[in-house]
Amino acid sequence: MSSPEKWTPPGPGAPPATAARPTAEQVIAGLRATDEGGADLVQLLTPEGERVQHPDFDIDISAEELRGLYRDMVLVRRVDREANALQRKGQLGIWVPLLGQEAAQIGSGRALRPEDMAFPSYREHGVAWCRGVLPTELLGIFRGTDHGTWDPVERRFHPYTIVIGNQVLNAAGYAMGQKFDGKVGDDDGEATIVYFGDGATSQGDVHEGFVWAAVYDAPLVFFCQNNQWAISEPTERQSRLPLYQRARGYGFPGIRVDGNDVLATLAVTRWALEQCRQGNGPVLIEAFTYRMDAHTTSDDPSRYRLSDELELWKLKDPIERVKVHLVKQQWADQEFFESIEREADAIAVELREFCVTMPDPPAGRIFSEVYAGGNPALEAQRDEFLSYHAGFAGGEH
Amino acid sequence: MAAPTMDRTTPAAPAPVRTLTIAKALNLGLRAAMEANPKVLVMGEDVGKLGGVFRITDGLQKDFGEQRVLDTPLAESGIIGTAVGLAIRGYRPVCEIQFDGFIFPGFDQIVSQVAKLHYRTQGRIKLPMVIRVPFGGGIGAVEHHSESPESYFAHTAGLKVVSCSNPTDAYWMIQQAIDSDDPVLFFEPKRRYYEKAEVDTTAAPGPLYASRVLRTGTAATLVAYGPMVRTALDAAAAAAEDGTELEVIDLRALSPMDLGPVYESVRRTGRLVVVSEAPGESSITGEIAAKVQQECFYSLQAPVLRVTGFDTPYPPSKLEEEYLPDLDRVLDAVDRSLAW
Repeated sequence: MSSPEKWTPPGPGAPPATAARPTAEQVIAGLRATDEGGADLVQLLTPEGERVQHPDFDIDISAEELRGLYRDMVLVRRVDREANALQRKGQLGIWVPLLGQEAAQIGSGRALRPEDMAFPSYREHGVAWCRGVLPTELLGIFRGTDHGTWDPVERRFHPYTIVIGNQVLNAAGYAMGQKFDGKVGDDDGEATIVYFGDGATSQGDVHEGFVWAAVYDAPLVFFCQNNQWAISEPTERQSRLPLYQRARGYGFPGIRVDGNDVLATLAVTRWALEQCRQGNGPVLIEAFTYRMDAHTTSDDPSRYRLSDELELWKLKDPIERVKVHLVKQQWADQEFFESIEREADAIAVELREFCVTMPDPPAGRIFSEVYAGGNPALEAQRDEFLSYHAGFAGGEH
Repeated sequence: MAAPTMDRTTPAAPAPVRTLTIAKALNLGLRAAMEANPKVLVMGEDVGKLGGVFRITDGLQKDFGEQRVLDTPLAESGIIGTAVGLAIRGYRPVCEIQFDGFIFPGFDQIVSQVAKLHYRTQGRIKLPMVIRVPFGGGIGAVEHHSESPESYFAHTAGLKVVSCSNPTDAYWMIQQAIDSDDPVLFFEPKRRYYEKAEVDTTAAPGPLYASRVLRTGTAATLVAYGPMVRTALDAAAAAAEDGTELEVIDLRALSPMDLGPVYESVRRTGRLVVVSEAPGESSITGEIAAKVQQECFYSLQAPVLRVTGFDTPYPPSKLEEEYLPDLDRVLDAVDRSLAW
């Protein structure tokens, strides 16, 4: 792993606007540092589809299980691409693409047991899929009709959290509750996983989440998807050292896994969850991956990163390597791949039709469920507004 | 529970009517809530062995254990943020923020998560948590220990905000706040912690989100909450010596406000003075003034006047007697109202 050249701060007298901007060479040097995971990267399936062994983490996987992981990733990618297209057509206000992060999300999401709890940020459409949240249930957030409609208690999948890092503390508290409930300490133990990105590691709430989980021995897996970019800022702007190494300072294990390797991610996350179930948590996992699309549909990556970088990461595509492996092992034939494509097409059609026919919420939604126990002043304000609203012709305007 | 003792001053069973300080009443209220519901947790900095810097949680960790009374790491966002997760898990956390001026590291969690998760999930998540905040000045403290930040929270939809002013309310309101399925900011008048009164721990309390007329009068109405209730009562007693009968209303609930009794009073007296330690700019007192002029426009004989802290940062404590509303400033406002 090559080290990036150090950016020197502008000296006295240097024009600050230009001196603060890195040179093209510095940018490239920084980017080179992000295209490899280093010697500690846990990998079980190479980008070329070769199965490799790891001394600490391995996994017995059947043909059927691997076909299942492949199916998950293909379908989730299709949902993601379709939603992205729906935004381009004006049907969604914004979309947050997961392109490139399918293995990190499916590998970790499929490691969870039904009774485990997951706290996402806002890009975890693949984890949502694993928790049984329908792709259609995600759309309202991005179309502006709701803030998420799934039942977080029943699905064991917390609402999307948009303020960077907040959910890490909420997850730490939830995991403390699992421990207080006596659900930790044996094979039947419960655990919690929380998702956040490389940018979030700079937030105080993530630091505090590390501290709380550590001192209360909470059964919490911190799952950091290092996709190399926090909008326009590379990981070098968040940390001097690889993120997984931060765990040591808090007193729990940190592992860097190839986040584009669904098998390695599944193996490492299973191990981490098992540690938590047995009462040996928390654990930090850094899934080393790449955001192959923009931060959101409002973002323009051409302003801050080179397309060469994307081309490099395309060679490490999380889905392609599984396909190659399935073919090599003769675990799947052409009919299997075609059937998955047909299923993906059907889901895309369903998503599109659902999206374009979504009704706008009624005006009274503004006032609903602000309080569990009611608020007479707010109810009076609602009644006044609804009466005003009804005064327009047809009650609509 | 405490072991039996030969100490003759220890009663066999708590008497239903006892003379208590606000601090002790809060302590007993927390204890009663913890006994009634094993899901009630107390968490904060120094709340365990030390019993909190004001001793409000004194003895609770000894009797309920470290898993129900948590000495937390020193980070307010962590206290609030983990309480959110515990509440989702089914607990009823009671967070102590050590001093008013230290709540701001937790402000993000309070405004972004505590206030909004119920709304975000259309009622699927409830956050029955209480955030206790000793607030206000008058104790000669250094910076950040004397602030009145309640308006920030009353301004935030999804939160409920209350403040107690006497031992009976302290005992009952803390239990009612813990029983509430909404998150409650619970502001405690720290400079009144050691004021005493008789508390009947068996008498059924009134509703939590209700203001209360503490003294009836006809000349003008005084509205206050928290530490300023005592000041308003003292002012009314002094005015009565001069033959001016002031009505005093303890607001108790800052969000939602129960202004019905205030409107009813102002319609009789025609005059209103609102008292608060917080700066008046964009505040609870300004909100009361706006609503009263809207509801009682034809009854008002004078503009609504406010007696508040100044629109400055809290001053060095040698100046706080000048800064804080006191009996004289309240009576001066009453005089101006009556002379209008």
